[in-house]
Amino acid sequence: METAQKILVPLMAILIFLGLWEALVWINGWPDYKMASPSDLPPAFIKYKALFISGGWETSWRTVAGLVLAVIFGTGLGMIMGFSKIARAGLYPLLVGFNAIPKATLVPVIALVFIGQYDFNTVLMAFLISFFPIAVSVGIGLSTLEPEYRDILAALGASKFTIFRKIALPKTLPEFFGALKVSVTLAFIGTNLVEIVSPHGRGLGALFLSGQTNSDYPLMFAVLIALAALGIVLYYAVVALERIFAGWAERSPG
Amino acid sequence: MTKFIDIKGVKHAYRTKNGPLPVLDGLDIEVPEGTFCAVVGPSGCGKSTLTRLVSGLMKPDAGAVVLAGEEVASPRKTVGMAFQNPVMLEWRTILQNVMLPLEIVAPGMAKAQAEGRAAHLLEMVGLKGFEHKKPSELSGGMRQRASLCRALVHKPQVLIMDEPFGALDNFTREDLWQTMRDLRAAEPFTCVLITHDLRESVFLGDQVVVLSGRPARTQYVLDVDLPADRKIDILYEPKAVDMLHLLRDQIRMAQGRDGDMH
Repeated sequence: METAQKILVPLMAILIFLGLWEALVWINGWPDYKMASPSDLPPAFIKYKALFISGGWETSWRTVAGLVLAVIFGTGLGMIMGFSKIARAGLYPLLVGFNAIPKATLVPVIALVFIGQYDFNTVLMAFLISFFPIAVSVGIGLSTLEPEYRDILAALGASKFTIFRKIALPKTLPEFFGALKVSVTLAFIGTNLVEIVSPHGRGLGALFLSGQTNSDYPLMFAVLIALAALGIVLYYAVVALERIFAGWAERSPG
Repeated sequence: MTKFIDIKGVKHAYRTKNGPLPVLDGLDIEVPEGTFCAVVGPSGCGKSTLTRLVSGLMKPDAGAVVLAGEEVASPRKTVGMAFQNPVMLEWRTILQNVMLPLEIVAPGMAKAQAEGRAAHLLEMVGLKGFEHKKPSELSGGMRQRASLCRALVHKPQVLIMDEPFGALDNFTREDLWQTMRDLRAAEPFTCVLITHDLRESVFLGDQVVVLSGRPARTQYVLDVDLPADRKIDILYEPKAVDMLHLLRDQIRMAQGRDGDMH
């Protein structure tokens, strides 16, 4: 019953959303170059099926690659900021400033620096846009560790590394996964940004752009829906990982 | 009897923005092997600093802390610690939490043996059946019991406790005093307890050390000559009541008030 509810309720919500969208287009009598309706989308998907599959794959792997780099670099940076007050004081303003730069402005900069390196540039952008939340939350998680946690093992002469591995690391996992949920969406945005803005983009972003160039509006909307679906898949992949590695942090209801 | 823990002329100051803040100044405590030393004093007098010095987490500016004939310079595996906040690793079961020190002290120990040791201690403190629960499923008193097991699982020579029963209600606290007494009867160890509860210090201690206000020095040492297997009722007997009055007066003096004021 509960599992049925978990699946049925979101499914109904999606169907109602699609129904309202369809109705909106029909009632207003909008032509598909103003706004495509859901019923226009399946033909677009079928027509460009091969492009959707290859584009979806290109977008996904670059997003995941960028995110993996962001996890490695962000965790490392977070550890440095978590353990050293000086590093925290020095790095924080730099990080905040870097994070404030609209990443779209970096696309041409990166394209000029690493000219022609399309895969590298896209992964780099996904990475640049998504490491910040991870670094900050790992840093905060480590620097706010209650001293008693450390002392349990420190009083027995355990090394700093042992304390990190047995206590600080697992203790920080809930914060880490909280940040990863934000980062996965950001990485996805980063990938698409390069795909759309750079002149010879690939992936779903490029497919969107070609829809625009050819005034194929149903295709553009179909890409948007595909992006949303892919975003949901990536997000829930992180949720699944969180359940496995930090499931203990979830309080059972009641 | 040998002085198992010997704290000699210990001085310590914390460095603050406004210059050094002395917390301990001329602290002398001697604890014979296998006995229980309760330390009381006004709040903020440096009692917690004392636990960190004895456990080797900190070194004193002057003087020495000698443990079993050796000066304490760094943490050692023969010490167990319990804190007021019985922090538990939420991602581990109670049994796994209790086993944690063994992973550091005796990494080669067989898992079954370590589990047996932890389960035995949990049974002693009345937590049989809770081995596979998560810490969030236990009450504060139960977590403190588990925390005592964790402090004792590696059979330390010395148990250091920093107000471990401070956050508990009165009945739970008295229950835990008796648990503490039973644990010591089963496996003798030397014990240093920091507390602000005079009844607790008399019920558990073989000696009660009164610290003066900050910077703390040893102000008074009371020998508690009550039988080893005490019951809570003993606290209402004239001998214990006299001791409590005496300690109360000493604390007043430590707070800088007249000892004769009632």
